Amino acid sequence: MAERIRVGLFVTCLVDLFRPSVGFASVKLLEAAGCAVEVPLAQTCCGQPAYNSGDREDARALARLTIDAFQPCAYLVAPSGSCAGMISRHYPALLKDDPVYGPKAEALAARAHELVEFLTRILSLQRVPSPARYEGRVTYHDSCSALRELGLDAEPRKLLDTVEGLKLVELPDREACCGFGGTFCVKYPEISTRMVEAKTAAIAATGANTLASADLGCLMNIAGRLRREGKKTQVRHIAEILAGVTDAPAIGAGRG
Amino acid sequence: MQATSRAFKENVHRALRDPDLQAALTKMRQGFVERRATAAARLPEFEALRDQGRAIKDHTLANLDFYLTRFEERVVAAGGRIHWASDAEAARTAILEICRKAGARTVTKGKSMIGEEIAINEHLALHGIEPVETDLGEYIIQLRDEPPSHLIAPAIHVTREQIAASFRKAHTGLDPDRPLREPRALLVEAREALRGRFLAADVGITGANFLIAETGSTVIVTNEGNGDLTQSLPRVHIVLASIEKLVPSLEDAATILRLLARSATGQEFSVYTTFSTGPRRPGDLDGPEEFHVVLLDNGRSRMLGGEFQDMLRCIRCGACLNHCPIYQSVGGHAYGWVYTGPMGAVLTPALIGIEEAGHLPNASTFCGRCESVCPMRIPLPKMMRHWREREFERHLQPARMQVALKLWAFLARRPALYRLAVRIGAAALGVAGRRAGAFGRLPLAGGWTRSRDLPAPEGGSFQSAWRAGRRL
Repeated sequence: MAERIRVGLFVTCLVDLFRPSVGFASVKLLEAAGCAVEVPLAQTCCGQPAYNSGDREDARALARLTIDAFQPCAYLVAPSGSCAGMISRHYPALLKDDPVYGPKAEALAARAHELVEFLTRILSLQRVPSPARYEGRVTYHDSCSALRELGLDAEPRKLLDTVEGLKLVELPDREACCGFGGTFCVKYPEISTRMVEAKTAAIAATGANTLASADLGCLMNIAGRLRREGKKTQVRHIAEILAGVTDAPAIGAGRG
Repeated sequence: MQATSRAFKENVHRALRDPDLQAALTKMRQGFVERRATAAARLPEFEALRDQGRAIKDHTLANLDFYLTRFEERVVAAGGRIHWASDAEAARTAILEICRKAGARTVTKGKSMIGEEIAINEHLALHGIEPVETDLGEYIIQLRDEPPSHLIAPAIHVTREQIAASFRKAHTGLDPDRPLREPRALLVEAREALRGRFLAADVGITGANFLIAETGSTVIVTNEGNGDLTQSLPRVHIVLASIEKLVPSLEDAATILRLLARSATGQEFSVYTTFSTGPRRPGDLDGPEEFHVVLLDNGRSRMLGGEFQDMLRCIRCGACLNHCPIYQSVGGHAYGWVYTGPMGAVLTPALIGIEEAGHLPNASTFCGRCESVCPMRIPLPKMMRHWREREFERHLQPARMQVALKLWAFLARRPALYRLAVRIGAAALGVAGRRAGAFGRLPLAGGWTRSRDLPAPEGGSFQSAWRAGRRL
């Protein structure tokens, strides 16, 4: 048997804190696809909150920390288009003047991928790695980073389509941002609210009972708004659905 | 105009509650986005043209001194004059002087964003010269005494009923029984009111979409033909343009023109594309006796060679506004100055200062849609981030935000401490929110929870569960 690809899971700070299920679902998918998964201990956050707030120093420190943590891994895989985009598209620019970490940033950028991107483009999967079942009409929200930064468009839909029982319905105006935007949603809550209202209206128009996406930030924003509107739409990370790991309550849904 | 960008949040609050504005924005959004997509899809070389357009502008900006000198030589050779204006005041002074020499009482104006930037109308009016906007949208907002709210559709925020009311108030000879409900009727009424103004004007001021170095020509594109009447009927034609409008050759202008209308309105070409080279020559049937070009810098040369140089490629098509979820939500006036949307969020701080315009580059989710449609491939989110870096360095961001960010960074830079904090936080919030699954209210999270619930953590961090050996 060929040696298994060593993949380091970049958990992401939101998954670590809010939704460990996404991390475990990601591990399941990667292992089913033949990878040996490790979770480097010294990871925290990709540094995007600092980077996008103009705090280059802290962003660089976190980039260096991530680079070191994933040094031994053949690949870095993150269940987030936003974090994967930060590492693969922004680390090299952020550290370009650093003689030691500049080249390391380039090297990590080349082997850092969002989960679905890794499964479809690097491992060339055409379908979910192990049979999964999900009953319901699912609509998929493209996170801005996955869609525009990483160019993921058909890939998540293709995988979702191979989940048994799942009926995929397209979201109107799917290129529109949900209004999360990291610190944006608390800095400009009124605009953010208007944007997420438009998104929940689009979701309602699909008649889907489930919304999936590849970024927990978007999912929490949309789930939080759906709940406030009293809507029952289930909100789940795409990894949960692709892995068939749906025993935890949906995002924002209680156990009570 | 007096900038109100500092009051961005208040402006936003008002804009979101203005039903007329919201109706206009919904309509605008559907129209522009769809038409641009169709136009771009119909031209196989559209993406290649974007690369060419960027290369032309980059080359010009890298050699701007050369092309400016060449342009001046050609304008002078064609019988025109160049007036260099380092700032808005210099440009206003130059224009006023030309108008005074011409003995002007009224001045017709084609649409010009530089005119807005230097507030030329107010200046002329102050000195007893009446400016008359001739672009329909500009005419409407002039009657309403408002700034434009969109680069190419300045009156997009105004309803038909409001336009009719403005006309009835301003056009004193207008029969009160004449219906002004249909767009056509409004257009005819404006045309009738403007016809006399075109003929009476002593000076015509237009902007320029391009300045062509090899010929000394200036180019305007319009859909109404008002620009042509503005520049060819009066005795004196003043072109008011900023220095980055330059392109080396006619060929280059033609390349970018193929991008401009498609990106702006989804047209293949604007209805009128007019080239002007110098004043009327002997034997010409029409044209002005004098041809002046007022070239404005106003902070742009400071952008050369720095982080914001790419912004000088902008051709003012408005595609970034049309696709921007922030602009789509609040419209142009909320931005508080002449330039709006993503291009305004980058350009405005460069022109009026980041202290004044600090909100604008922050009011973005970095969704990247602006950059994805920009015909000149301007990295708008990246430059907004550069503005945030300047603000961060100078501690211009809200104090609470700075403190929260520093605290978070302190933890995130210490993995062991961070893991502990996350473990405790996840456990505590997880227990508190376990039954309901989300929080309706949470201390310090008002920005989030005022309009949405905060989904509760599942309980326990991923890292601690993973280390404890949990597997699926």
